[in-house]
Amino acid sequence: MYSEKVLKHFKKPHNVGKIEDADGIGKVGNRACGDVMKLYIKVEDNKIVDIKFETMGCAAAISSSDMLCEMAKGKTIEEALKITKDDLIKELEGLPPVKIHCSVLAVDALHEAIKEYKLKHKK
Amino acid sequence: MKMRVYLDNAATTKTAPEVVEAMQPYFTEKYGNASSIHSFGEEAKEALENAREQIAKYINAEPEEIIFTSGGTESDNLAIKGTAYALKNKGKHIITSKFEHHAVLETCQALEKEGFEVTYIGISKDGFVDIDSLKSAIRNDTILVTIMHANNEIGTIQDIEKIGAICREKGIVFHTDAIQSLGKIPVDAKKMHLDLASFSAHKLHGPKGIGALYIRKKDKIKKLFYGGVQEFNLRPGTENVSGAVGFAKAIELMSEKDAQNMKELQEYLIDELLQIPEACLNGSREKRLCNNVNISFSHIEGESVLLGLNDKGVAVSTGSACTSQKLEPSHVLIAMGVKPEDAHGSVRFSLSKYNTKEEIDYTINAVKAVVENLRKISPLGK
Repeated sequence: MYSEKVLKHFKKPHNVGKIEDADGIGKVGNRACGDVMKLYIKVEDNKIVDIKFETMGCAAAISSSDMLCEMAKGKTIEEALKITKDDLIKELEGLPPVKIHCSVLAVDALHEAIKEYKLKHKK
Repeated sequence: MKMRVYLDNAATTKTAPEVVEAMQPYFTEKYGNASSIHSFGEEAKEALENAREQIAKYINAEPEEIIFTSGGTESDNLAIKGTAYALKNKGKHIITSKFEHHAVLETCQALEKEGFEVTYIGISKDGFVDIDSLKSAIRNDTILVTIMHANNEIGTIQDIEKIGAICREKGIVFHTDAIQSLGKIPVDAKKMHLDLASFSAHKLHGPKGIGALYIRKKDKIKKLFYGGVQEFNLRPGTENVSGAVGFAKAIELMSEKDAQNMKELQEYLIDELLQIPEACLNGSREKRLCNNVNISFSHIEGESVLLGLNDKGVAVSTGSACTSQKLEPSHVLIAMGVKPEDAHGSVRFSLSKYNTKEEIDYTINAVKAVVENLRKISPLGK
């Protein structure tokens, strides 16, 4: 059902955790529907220098979160905002159709985190 | 050391080697068509009728009350649709419960589209059909009541004898899906006042592709398939002789001692898993099949537990929405009033007589490690 890549990121995610002094936190999903994602970003000079996640969800949700962190790390805010669910799915070597929403959720979480960062740093 | 542990026996079981052995001659030697009147046909027919007799005896029924089908789904379909079509002039109302197997629920829903009316009885929080609601749902035009014997997800055992008595008194046809219970607890067609009962061989170490339907009165059921006149003209199609032989052999192998051993391992597994913080057992612990353990772990999701355990070699199943195409959590747990978030974190472990204490110990450790790891990843419950 899942690609090797999805399973790899599910079994050994590299970006799990919290950033205590995060510049932005994006929280999406709800418990009733199944998946909850929390994404933390640390930004320096308009660049995402650190990014971590906490996810309650299926293998697709966990691997999407982890892969998104990997893709966004080191990117500028503008570049990070350009990451789409399709980019994410491509990097994961595909997701079952019924799991596409998990990748959407991960992208949404990043957008929420960036939104919060921008609000905080509005001058 | 990594083990391979199969704890998904409510889905299907290993075919017993004795069953395979019993079936073998009916592929390569006694392969005749049981409806043929030559000697090849006769030996096949004899095996088929012996199997029928054995199964009938096991459930305290007569051989002519048993027909073979392709499995549980077909038996449920034939029982429900067959009764509805046969009795449609008498009434259009059917009663079932909210936590039946999909083979029953979807059949009822299909009949609703054809103009039948269906009442779905609610389930108590410990997993039992509310008999008072069932009684008050009975109408003058009720033609069929279908309630499962033991639930496939949580293993709770319904008071079928009582429900059967209520239906018999009112003259309503009563069907039970006994697919999970057969071989683990007694099924007695007479004592339970059954009119129809569905069975499947592969849930009790028999082969896949063969099931049976107990039918007390054949004039109250209309066949769904057309062709020959096999199975008392209720289920046309060349008889699955090897399957029937395997089914009967599987029944012969079932023993109370095995059930008792499973019960001990089950109790142990439940006790140990409930040591995990924020874990709870779904469904009554007392009136439960000897092989079912269904536990919800808070703050994590069942599919992740399943895949985490699979990585360690342990096979289980989940009521989480994430493994269903519809993305809806288990209808069984929802019917019992389990909160959706807890239903998402539910895991079913179902044992067989082949499981060992060593396997259960390995599983307990694997579950503890997987749950702890997933809770570290989860943002909830911290």
